Amino acid sequence: MTLPQAPLQNILDKHPHDESSLIMLLQDVQEAYRYLPPEILVEIAKTLNVPKAKVFGVATFYKAFSMEPRGETEIKVCCGTACHVRGSTLIMDEFKRTLGVEEGGTTEDGKFTLEAVNCVGTCAMAPVIVVKDVYHGHMTVNKLGKLLKSLNPKKAKTTGAKAS
Amino acid sequence: MKNSKLTSPEKLARLKGKLLKQRQKQRPIITVCAGTACVACGCVPLTAAFREALKENGLEDKIEIRTTGCHGFCERGPLVVLQPEGIFYQQVKPADAKSIIEQTIQNGELVEKLLYRDPQTKQVLTHEKDIPFYSKQMRLIFGMNGHMDPTSIHDYIALGGYAALARSFLEMQPEDIIEEVKKSGLRGRGGGGFLTGKKWATCRKAPGEPKYIICNADEGDPGAFMDRSLLEGNPHAVVEGMIIGAYAIGSHDGYVYVRHEYPLAVKNLNIAIEAAREFGLLGENIFSSGFDFDIKVSRGGGAFVCGESTALMASLEGKIGEPRAKYIHTVTSGLWGKPSTLNNVETWANVPMIIEKGADEYAKVGTEGSKGTKVFALTGKVNNTGLVEVPMGMTLREIVFDIGGGIIENRPFKAVQTGGPSGGCLPESALDMPVDFDTLTEIGSMMGSGGLIVMDNLTCMVDLAKYFIHFLQEESCGKCTPCREGLRQLHHMLEKVTRGEGGVEILDDIERLCMVMENASLCALGSSAPNPVMSTLKYFRNEYLAHLEEQRCPAGVCKDLITYSVIEENCTGCVVCKRACPVDAIEGEKKEVHKINSDICTRCGICLAVCKFDAIFVE
Ligand SMILES: Cc1cc2nc3c(=O)[nH]c(=O)nc-3n(C[C@H](O)[C@H](O)[C@H](O)COP(=O)(O)O)c2cc1C
Ligand code: SF4
Ligand code: SF4
Ligand code: SF4
Ligand code: FES
Ligand code: FES
Repeated sequence: MTLPQAPLQNILDKHPHDESSLIMLLQDVQEAYRYLPPEILVEIAKTLNVPKAKVFGVATFYKAFSMEPRGETEIKVCCGTACHVRGSTLIMDEFKRTLGVEEGGTTEDGKFTLEAVNCVGTCAMAPVIVVKDVYHGHMTVNKLGKLLKSLNPKKAKTTGAKAS
Repeated sequence: MKNSKLTSPEKLARLKGKLLKQRQKQRPIITVCAGTACVACGCVPLTAAFREALKENGLEDKIEIRTTGCHGFCERGPLVVLQPEGIFYQQVKPADAKSIIEQTIQNGELVEKLLYRDPQTKQVLTHEKDIPFYSKQMRLIFGMNGHMDPTSIHDYIALGGYAALARSFLEMQPEDIIEEVKKSGLRGRGGGGFLTGKKWATCRKAPGEPKYIICNADEGDPGAFMDRSLLEGNPHAVVEGMIIGAYAIGSHDGYVYVRHEYPLAVKNLNIAIEAAREFGLLGENIFSSGFDFDIKVSRGGGAFVCGESTALMASLEGKIGEPRAKYIHTVTSGLWGKPSTLNNVETWANVPMIIEKGADEYAKVGTEGSKGTKVFALTGKVNNTGLVEVPMGMTLREIVFDIGGGIIENRPFKAVQTGGPSGGCLPESALDMPVDFDTLTEIGSMMGSGGLIVMDNLTCMVDLAKYFIHFLQEESCGKCTPCREGLRQLHHMLEKVTRGEGGVEILDDIERLCMVMENASLCALGSSAPNPVMSTLKYFRNEYLAHLEEQRCPAGVCKDLITYSVIEENCTGCVVCKRACPVDAIEGEKKEVHKINSDICTRCGICLAVCKFDAIFVE
């Protein structure tokens, strides 16, 4: 796979070329490519004149970065404390089961990435999930099935959606 | 009005006067809360509906719509407050915009169904200030949120913003400011409760140039969102606090390190910084004093440990966020080895108020050792979830029951967790304790950043301890063994407890391991990690014992110890659960009592959620 160079060049031009820009650069790359392609990390190491090991170290240390392409749709399940005490585990478990992936995993067809996140600031509607920047509050395993079905009718056949 | 640089405090005062006059002309105002929670429940289409309705009634020029940051009462969002009267409408839908304008704005009639009804007294309350959720609070820091558009520096100035900055430059020497902050008794709101004035004084005296000041907006506590709401709703207060701090300490470079999931906070903060520059409040030669200061915003990489001071600074330098041993404090050698002052968002937001009111006035609020107010994220099994600001020293009972409105569905209170992953769980007997830094530490928890999570009889304390340990295990940077391996083993042991395995002896192992971690970890992530475990063991040992001795989870949470069954008397045979069960664990014919096969059942909870006849039983 060849990667488009244009976004990278823009990103490199936006920041001063020293080590302190590294995290911000990686953030922009993550945003543009939805992950950190290794060849781009090498390119960044060269440009900033930082050892490759350091770039990869930073890239793998922080949760904001992913070394593998993320799915088209990110499903963020809030696993913050408030959501936890209101049952987010059940929601997470059900997503894992229906999507057939673990936390942080992407479905084989590349459609969904399942992510656990911390408090998203809407504890009043706990438990909360965020899909494509839309907040879904007071989630139940039951609602989850319907939601998945609306996102991807094929995938959600086996869930609680049956109840609807 | 053309924006020109405010080259002197007098010019600022003149601008404020002008803005106030303008504000008087423009009333009334429809305030729509546009904090995260209200956005999530639809305030954007609501605002559009208001604009539409104003247009229809030809009122666009007579009435202003102001979108603000979080008002705190997120439970009832989207919120609309009509100023100047303070009429409070809750859970407002776009369809209601028209009636609000036609009935209330034009005819002075209230829209009954949108008013708040006190669940306890059943009284209908019209004004924000009468609602118990608000009336028991003391909203010194957070109160401004509801009265301004966070993207408008004019709003902030009209409300008295930057007056403290003017006062510092006009009347005070840097040493006076530090003295004033010391005298106020302000303690850091980020967790440890360090005396802010003392920190500043040390940093000012520390040799080395340049000096840095940093705002910690990493907000790692997974159940808290007040720093976020402050930055989103009142970013100028933080900026003003930082400029005053910079002047006092003698720093020309400031940083704000913001948690990466907070795009709106970053946006509003950047708008505020840009505006402050435009008005000459940031940049070179502030108020023609010859003093320069500017602020850069840096987004975090998503690591809890980066809230720790040395890790945060490493991260700002573009490195892996690993803490270092603090033989030398960051006030002496911090960012790039230079003297650095790190304070929390809320700490910075307290500074302008101290300077404006004076330390003595400020210190009238609070307790002996903890002055001022504290913002808490009140969440969990409580009726009124939201952000609350109370004077230090208020009791937990007042917060949970008077402001929070008690436990949902009137279930029994079990515990309240404070301090996030480094804090502890407190039982009912602690409810009458005053909430301040020292008391909370004394009873085995801590203030932390201000998460306050309420739990009822359906929360399992072992599961909660396991939750925090799991969180910390994921977030440990792995640099030192007691924390990295300790958390792994601790999680493993707690997992065993939740399966009812290991016998009572396992509790001794847990306690011993906790002691080692407390004493031998390099940074506070590891050394405070045992708190959630130790506090639950101290106050809720019986629950651990129920798991270990009776293989029973009293709260009905731990999946390995519970079974789902059908209560025969209640089951109507409606087949809903059978259809919903994802693993076909339920058998039964129409109109007959159903049965759950517990060998197949995965305890997913769906049947419980769908049964309308309370016929599913968990034990
Ligand atoms: C693991 C860990 C995480 C922390 N996270 C935060 C945080 O998210 N926000 C914060 O303000 N302080 C956090 N702190 C506390 C900071 O290290 C530091 O004490 C604080 O920012 C100082 O500011 P203050 O004196 O105004 O409280 C954390 C500390 C530790 C050990
Ligand atoms: S205590 Fe934990 S987080 Fe802190 S340095 Fe050690 S391993 Fe890292
Ligand atoms: S949903 Fe409830 S009432 Fe209906 S069959 Fe199942 S257990 Fe019985
Ligand atoms: S808990 Fe889930 S798996 Fe078990 S019977 Fe109910 S619906 Fe089926
Ligand atoms: S903990 Fe989930 S939104 Fe706050
Ligand atoms: S976001 Fe509107 S009240 Fe909190």
